[in-house]
This record gives sequence, structure tokens and C-alpha cells, in this order.
Amino acid sequence: MTIAPSLSRQQPVSSTHPGPLLKVEDLSIEFGPEGTAVRVVEGVSFSIDAGAAVGIVGESGSGKSMTSLAVMGLIPSPPGRIATGRILFEGVDLLGLPRSRMPEIRGRDIAMIFQEPMSSLNPVMTIGDQIGEAIKLHEKMGREERRQRIIELLKLVGIPDPERRLGAYPHQFSGGMRQRVMIAMAVACNPKLLIADEPTTALDVTIQAQVLELMHKIRRTLNTTILLISHDLGVIADICERVIVMYAGKVVEDADVKTIFRSPKHPYTRGLLQSIPRLKDENTRLYQIPGMVPLPGTIKQGCPFFPRCPDRIDKCARETPPLLEITSQQKAACWVSAGATS
Amino acid sequence: MLYRLADAIPTIWLVLTLVFIAMRILPGDPAIAALGDGALPEQLAEFREKMGLNVPIWQQYFNFLIGTLTLDFGKSYMNGAPVLDLIARNLPYTIQLTVAAMILGTVIGIPFGVLAAVKRGKLPDSGMRIFSLVGYAVPDFYLGALFLIGFALNLRWFPINGAGSGFFDILHHLFLPALTLALVKAAFIGRLTRTSVLEVLGKDYVRTARAKGARENRVIYRHALRNALLPLATGMGLSLLATLSGSVAVELVFNRPGIGRLLIQSITERDYGVIQGGVVVFALMVVFVNLMMDLLYVVIDPRIRVK
Ligand SMILES: Nc1ncnc2c1ncn2[C@@H]1O[C@H](COP(=O)(O)OP(=O)(O)OP(=O)(O)O)[C@@H](O)[C@H]1O
Ligand code: SF4
Ligand SMILES: [Mg+2]
Repeated sequence: MTIAPSLSRQQPVSSTHPGPLLKVEDLSIEFGPEGTAVRVVEGVSFSIDAGAAVGIVGESGSGKSMTSLAVMGLIPSPPGRIATGRILFEGVDLLGLPRSRMPEIRGRDIAMIFQEPMSSLNPVMTIGDQIGEAIKLHEKMGREERRQRIIELLKLVGIPDPERRLGAYPHQFSGGMRQRVMIAMAVACNPKLLIADEPTTALDVTIQAQVLELMHKIRRTLNTTILLISHDLGVIADICERVIVMYAGKVVEDADVKTIFRSPKHPYTRGLLQSIPRLKDENTRLYQIPGMVPLPGTIKQGCPFFPRCPDRIDKCARETPPLLEITSQQKAACWVSAGATS
Repeated sequence: MLYRLADAIPTIWLVLTLVFIAMRILPGDPAIAALGDGALPEQLAEFREKMGLNVPIWQQYFNFLIGTLTLDFGKSYMNGAPVLDLIARNLPYTIQLTVAAMILGTVIGIPFGVLAAVKRGKLPDSGMRIFSLVGYAVPDFYLGALFLIGFALNLRWFPINGAGSGFFDILHHLFLPALTLALVKAAFIGRLTRTSVLEVLGKDYVRTARAKGARENRVIYRHALRNALLPLATGMGLSLLATLSGSVAVELVFNRPGIGRLLIQSITERDYGVIQGGVVVFALMVVFVNLMMDLLYVVIDPRIRVK
């Protein structure tokens, strides 16, 4: 398939900004009234270079969605609030921008695909109108040109018969097709950063593989930087070269994918790796990390993984391990992997 | 659509039967009511004969059904005028009033409701709450009387009775009665709008709209309101029906011609032919409104349209 020039144009590499495309520093997110607020994300820092594909992995409730919504400026507020931190996009702190500036950035520079393809499209608008709106909001172009662009986008994401389908409503599409429409909408303005929050979780396995293949294609053809969120390390390994492991609102490990698979440093990461299904031995039961993710705000002191950790030592109960650099490729927040013994 | 029409037929038949039974159960003899206590037996007999009251009850029922089918409701017992003429003369005024009240109520209610939803917990929201409390608590005839005394009698801004003739005169006469009904309606529609907009604002597709860079106004009017209209349409239908019955009181207060006043008048005079005709017309209007609501759904919701 050929990609029309309007879609395949290379992103202008920002010449004014030499550092990473996105840099999150000490991000904390709270829910609830001030004073009794619960921190669901605490002290999260990471950065993403332009052109990279980075994953965030973690069990349900670990704060992955909240972290990505914070980057979009879409934390539901109230009751949510960003308590600390900076979110630097091309060196500009998004949290310092006036509220009215964020809509310019959303959809044009940073776009997002959500976990729930079934409910994320407006049921009373045609998908053509919904994709068209994403274009109209950020780019001046004539009706016919826009229509051509929508058709191109639908072709890009693999929706058959796009000329006819753009007049259809969301309920006329399957879950997988709706997620493709969401992806088309997200990349409509060729964003620099595409955040995909569990884009395949709600889909069945064969469709999952197709959507992941589409993510590859987007990356290849549009050169988009990707932040992929999943609770499945396998999915992340498929797309990303680096992975950030979150647990109970904190980053507990940050390393490139190869390193994580070869020598995970955090006991939680090891648990996640053991719970990836392997096709070879279908009969063995999947390993599950014993215990449950602590509820936000219940861990007051010590390592958040302490209650479930097979390697724990006394120090873990008293002091919270910081995210320490183990090699230049790998960081982990664990006393034992940092060399403590008691 | 045809299917829906067919669906309405049993409803209409049931209503007609109930009306018929109610008319026969009501105490009082229509002939005596029409001719007075002093009427001679021959006069009464002649009257019954003329009005078709001297045949067996099942035949009266049958005649009544046939009459309704052919839009022949008989004659007024009081003045002998065909009931259909009386209704045709009064119906336009009731429709004017209802439509005007509906438009006013919607134009006031929806923006107010949206504002209350968007500024939840702030001043507009509290205003909405007080407004809807008052709207629920104050009966429409009382509100109408207040308006009549204040704006028509004292300030003389509006005429006191009648319906007027000529476009602007009609509007002038229409304004106060319509406003009376509209305020009650606006309170209801506003409250309903607030609830359904609030619900829709929490939906995933609203987040999607924000994620593509839509500003708040666009999010509310393009994405949220259109979806909020779905539950709202049902409420508006109910509210339209409430206006029909509310128009009875308001027509009396403002001394306006209309089906409501015609009905009340014929009830006090035991003019059964007119009562029957009037109730049938009301029932038909209810059925019609319900049909229109169904149509409206089809227009708003593509999920219904396709099937
Ligand atoms: N409106 C809210 N009020 C209070 N707490 C909330 C609210 N929304 C989310 N949370 C909490 O924030 C925490 C992080 O949620 P988040 O959605 O980021 O998790 P996640 O890692 O994306 O999980 P999942 O895999 O289930 O999507 C959860 O513990 C959740 O209970
Ligand atoms: S710090 Fe201690 S409790 Fe936490 S993960 Fe490491 S060993 Fe386990
Ligand atoms: Mg999530």
C-alpha cells in the first residue's frame, strides 16, 4: 500500500530542543479532597526520546492510566489533582502552561488511544466526522482535501472500503475495527507522541495481534514516538525497546526490554516475567504473583512490594527504596538488588 | 413506523371505551341538564331521540365508535352545534399555547440545565435548584394568576383575556399564558438536562473529544448535548403531555378559548357530546405526541435509525 505524501511526511525534528521528547519528573497524582487525598501516583520520573517506543507495565490499579492522562492534561478534576512534578514536552513544562493552551497540544502534538474501544467513540457521529474533527481542530484544509485525508487514514489503519465506511456510525463496527478508527483519529494530525493505553486489552487474541501489527506500521510509516501501556510484558516487548515497570503508583524498574528479559532486577518484574504465557508449555499453570496490589494510600512506610516480596529483608519494611541506577541501561527500586543484605 | 401506528390503535380504542363508560356512569341525566328541571316528558323524549340516547346502550357504544372513526362526534346538547365544529374552532388556540410554551420552556430550560451541569456546585447550579424547586411547588394556575394580576391588570403590559387576532396581537395575547406553562416546563427540562448532561460528560467518548483537542464549548455542545438529548427526548414528551393538561387551567385563568376551557365548560353543563369529543381529541393528541417522540428518537439516534 502506498502512503500519500500528506501522511508520510517526516516530522520536523525540533531543532530548538535537544533533550528527550517527553520528560516526566517527580509526578504525583492525588484523588480526593485536600488533606485526606489519596496518592495514586507518587514520584514518577521517566523520559522518552524522540522516535523511541517505550512501554509502561504493571498490574491493574498501578497508576498507568493516570500517569498517561496526566501527560494529556486529562486527569478528571475534581476529584483528581496533580500534586507535584513537571511534565516537560520538548522542554516545555505542560503543567506550567495556561489551561487554554492544552487543547492546541492535544491531538496535534500528543495523541492518545484508550483502553475501551467500545465506548470511546461518539455513538451519534459518523466515524468520518469524528476523524475529520480531529483534523479540523488543528489544520486548515478544504472539505474535499479533508475527506481524502480521512480516506487515507482509514486505509492506513486497514479499514476496508473506506469511501463508504466513513459515513457509518460506531455501532456498525466491531471492537477491533473501532480501535482502528481510534488509531486513525489519533494519528490524524501526525502527532509527535502517541500514547496507547492498553489498546488491545479489550480485544480477543487474533484481533490483538492485528492491532499490534498496526502499531508497528504506524511507527514505521509515520515515525511516531510511542508510549504503550499494558499489563502484559509480552505485548510491550513486541513493540517497545524500553519498559518502565510500575507498582502501586511508583516506578520500580526502568530498563531496555532485552535487559529486563535477561536479568530483571526487581522481584516484582521477575514475577511479571514468570506470568507471561508461553506457547510451548500450554499445560503448566500460569504463575501468579501471590497477594494483591495494595490499595492506594495504604502503604505508609517501607517498600510497597514488601507484603508480596519473596526476597524481602528487614530494611524493606522500614525504608522505601529509591529508584537507583544499577547500570546505565537499568534502574530499579529494590534494596536487595542494590546490594543490601539485612 | 406503520407498525407503531398500528400499535396505537388498541390504545385509542381503550381510551374511547373508557370515555364512553365514564360518560354513562356520571350522575345526572343529560336531557334534564340540557332542558332544565321544568322540561315536559315529551320534550325530554324528543331530545333523547334527537341525540341518539333512546337506543340500547351497546348500540350507543357502537354509534359512538363509528362516529369517532368518521370524526362525527354528534351535536352539542346545549346549542345544537356540531361538536366537531366546536373542537375545530378551539383546537388551534390550544395548539398555539402548547407549542409556544414548549418552545419557550425548551429555550429557557436546556441552556440553563447545561450551565448548571457545567458549573456544578457553583452559582448557576444553585440557581437551577431553587428555580426547579419553585417550578415544581407552584401550581400553574397560581403562577398564571400572579402574572395576570402583575403584568396584565396592574402594569397593563398585556391584555387580560382572549386570544387576539393578527400575528402580533396573537403573540401579545399568547405571551403570559405561554410563559406560565413554560416556566414550569423549563424547571423540569432544566433539571433533566442537567442530570443527563452530567452523566454524558463522564463518558469515554467525551474524554476522546478532549483528547483530540476539542475545547470545552465544543465538547459540551457537539459531543455531550447531542447524546444527552436521547434521555431528554423522553422527558420532553412527558412534559409536552403535562402541558396539554396544564393548558386547561391556564386557559381558564387567562380566559382564553381552547379545548381545555371548552371541556371544563361542557363538564359543568353536562354537555356529554362535547365532553366525549374533547376527551377523544385529547387522547388523540397524546397518541400523536408519542408517535412524534418515536420519530424524534429515530432522528437523534443512529443506532435506532439503521435497524
Ligand atoms: N476518580 C477516582 N477517584 C479515586 N481514585 C481513583 C479514581 N480514578 C482512579 N483511581 C485510582 O487510581 C489508581 C490508579 O488507577 P489507573 O487507572 O491509573 O490504574 P491502571 O494502572 O491504569 O489500571 P488498569 O490496568 O486497571 O487500567 C487506582 O487504584 C484507582 O483506584
Ligand atoms: S526492596 Fe525489599 S521488599 Fe521491596 S522489592 Fe526489594 S527486596 Fe522486595
Ligand atoms: Mg488503565
